[in-house]
Amino acid sequence: MENVLQIVWLIPFLPLLGFLVNGLGRKYMPKAMVSIVGCGVILASFLMSIWVFIHVREGGGYVADYFNFIVVDKLKIPFALQVDELSSLFLMIITGVGFLIHVYSTAYMHEEKPEHFGRYFAYLNLFVFSMLLLVMGANYVIMFIGWEGVGLCSYLLIGYWFKNVAFNKAANKAFVMNRIGDLAFLIAIFWIIAKVGNANYADVIAFAKAGKFGASDITVITLLLFVGATGKSAQIPLYTWLPDAMAGPTPVSALIHAATMVTAGIYMIARSNALYSLSDLTMHVVTYVGLATAILAATIAVQQNDIKKVLAYSTVSQLGYMFMALGLGAYSAAVFHVMTHAFFKALLFLGSGSVIHAMSGEQDIRNMGGLGKKLKITSFTFLMGCIAIAGIPPFSGFFSKDAILLSAFEENKALYAVALLGALLTAFYMFRLFFITFTGKFRGTEDQAHHVHESPLSMTLPLIILAVLALAGGWVGIPEVFMKGGDKLSAFLSPVIPVKEGESPGHSTELALMAISTIAVLAVIAFSWFRFRGYQRKGEAQGLAKVLENKWYVDELYEKIIVKPLQQFGSFLNDVFERSVVDGLVNGVGRAVSYSSRQLRLLQSGQVGSYVLLMVLSMLLIFVLQFFLRK
Amino acid sequence: MPIVYYLYLSLALFCIGIVGVLTRRNAIIIFMCIEIMLNAVNLLLVAFSKMHPPKAGIDGQLFVFFIMVVAAAEVSVGLAIIVMMYRRIHSVDVNFLNRLKH
Repeated sequence: MENVLQIVWLIPFLPLLGFLVNGLGRKYMPKAMVSIVGCGVILASFLMSIWVFIHVREGGGYVADYFNFIVVDKLKIPFALQVDELSSLFLMIITGVGFLIHVYSTAYMHEEKPEHFGRYFAYLNLFVFSMLLLVMGANYVIMFIGWEGVGLCSYLLIGYWFKNVAFNKAANKAFVMNRIGDLAFLIAIFWIIAKVGNANYADVIAFAKAGKFGASDITVITLLLFVGATGKSAQIPLYTWLPDAMAGPTPVSALIHAATMVTAGIYMIARSNALYSLSDLTMHVVTYVGLATAILAATIAVQQNDIKKVLAYSTVSQLGYMFMALGLGAYSAAVFHVMTHAFFKALLFLGSGSVIHAMSGEQDIRNMGGLGKKLKITSFTFLMGCIAIAGIPPFSGFFSKDAILLSAFEENKALYAVALLGALLTAFYMFRLFFITFTGKFRGTEDQAHHVHESPLSMTLPLIILAVLALAGGWVGIPEVFMKGGDKLSAFLSPVIPVKEGESPGHSTELALMAISTIAVLAVIAFSWFRFRGYQRKGEAQGLAKVLENKWYVDELYEKIIVKPLQQFGSFLNDVFERSVVDGLVNGVGRAVSYSSRQLRLLQSGQVGSYVLLMVLSMLLIFVLQFFLRK
Repeated sequence: MPIVYYLYLSLALFCIGIVGVLTRRNAIIIFMCIEIMLNAVNLLLVAFSKMHPPKAGIDGQLFVFFIMVVAAAEVSVGLAIIVMMYRRIHSVDVNFLNRLKH
């Protein structure tokens, strides 16, 4: 009998259907209908994901093979979807958080025209479809389709307000940066196919486990995959697109940052963990790139004044943590952090959207303040998100961050110290954001003060649900110290991600580490309370603060060393190469033909004698040539 | 007589024909030169045919008759053209025949 899970194609297909209906019918459908279709398909996918999750939990994973996607000679790429422990977990995160964001969007975007409203939901559904395809594909090629799909959708959504030139530039930047990573990913796929013969996860992992990969092959493949991941998941050196991606509507930022897109890189590496574990070099690269990104982005976030920019850099920083965990071999900790991060980052973004909504589009936190009194639900849920991301027990962020810090401690004490510093910075900038925005005195204009209002239920309800998840989402991974068998997540993921073997540093050390991080975080929060509770606008930032405010001048550096030389090279090609060489060649051919034809025309004199002479001469020439060529 | 004499005679006739065609302007003389060339070829064919009787049979000699018949037909057409030309431009100088280029 056929496995009931054969029907999983419905999970990505439903959002695709929603995309088609909303995209094609956007001019004819009222907003209410667009909302129902847009949210409904995601809800249906979510319900199916829960069903699949329960099935997988009882009966293990399943690969549903539908048809052959590519057949060339011996190479066969089937269109197959895989649901196992890892992908079913991601399915729930994507569709669950995605659904809340869809519901939130119906209220957030209500001022758009019906046509654009339909376009927005069409993109949103396509985005979810791509991401679902990415995590459900049973081979790297199907993953790559989804991978490109999310890249495309992020471009479309970042540039959603396409009349604004700056937004279009941000969209282009995101797309181009992603392309760089995609190229590396594509080369890695080709490399894998060249070595293994196909791209199915099962075959590749079996191949790797049998030790058939050469040492250099595995290093190059994993490094290339990692470069792909740095593009999609915004790591050094390709992270600068993510903060600029704030140009899109706020729910889109939430979708990109929490449920989809940026987690793709983490998923891909967690999926390829059998390959990564074979290459020490790559693991080190991943660890240190992740750590460097985490610290760099955290320092930048400290001095940002745009509410969304702070959150954007916070995402980059948290992704850095996840990569560090991947590099340390703590794959399940990274996936755990993806999950908790999805909850609290979606919460924070939607909360910031609610604030921006209340402030009529204002995003600069220097013009806010004292909003806590008026936006009670928003500020309370935002606080929950801040606590979760700062890592205070028993909120979700504590457990996942603690798992990562613990694996850093096992590896190297210095690594742990730096990672802890990053965690403290996280607590600092998040509470700076919270205190400046929600406490103190209102610093905006009279108009704004008059307008400030709590958002409607369809916006606050997702916030409340996410706040509960941000609190309780971490309870699936309670460390052994507190509860025997509390780490249900690692146990659940163990068929895909082998549980790390090794000595645990001992329960007392573990408890001490937790105590240290918790106390330090509380101290940092207290410090930021004293520093920012009565925040007043100051003059221009000076010294280090100015460098941080300008994001370490990384964008300017890229502009100088990559963009400018490329543009100059382009204009050189246009002005010099194009004009003299290409045009010269083309025009030269034309000129040569017309010149020679002008000369040849003189042969046609009309004189019979000259024709005869030519005839005789050519016949002689033919005879002579034949005489010589015969030999 | 050795064959080579016939060859030389034929060659000489052919060259006279070519030079005549190239240098003379009178259409009738050009016509005659063409006839000379045809006859040079005829001579050659007959000579070779006589040289290798068992192999070639009388093919060469038959061929000569064909050429003579065709040449006679051609002459009648050609002379008619020349007469028409004289009637129109009162000259048989081929240098006046430069209308082909238009």
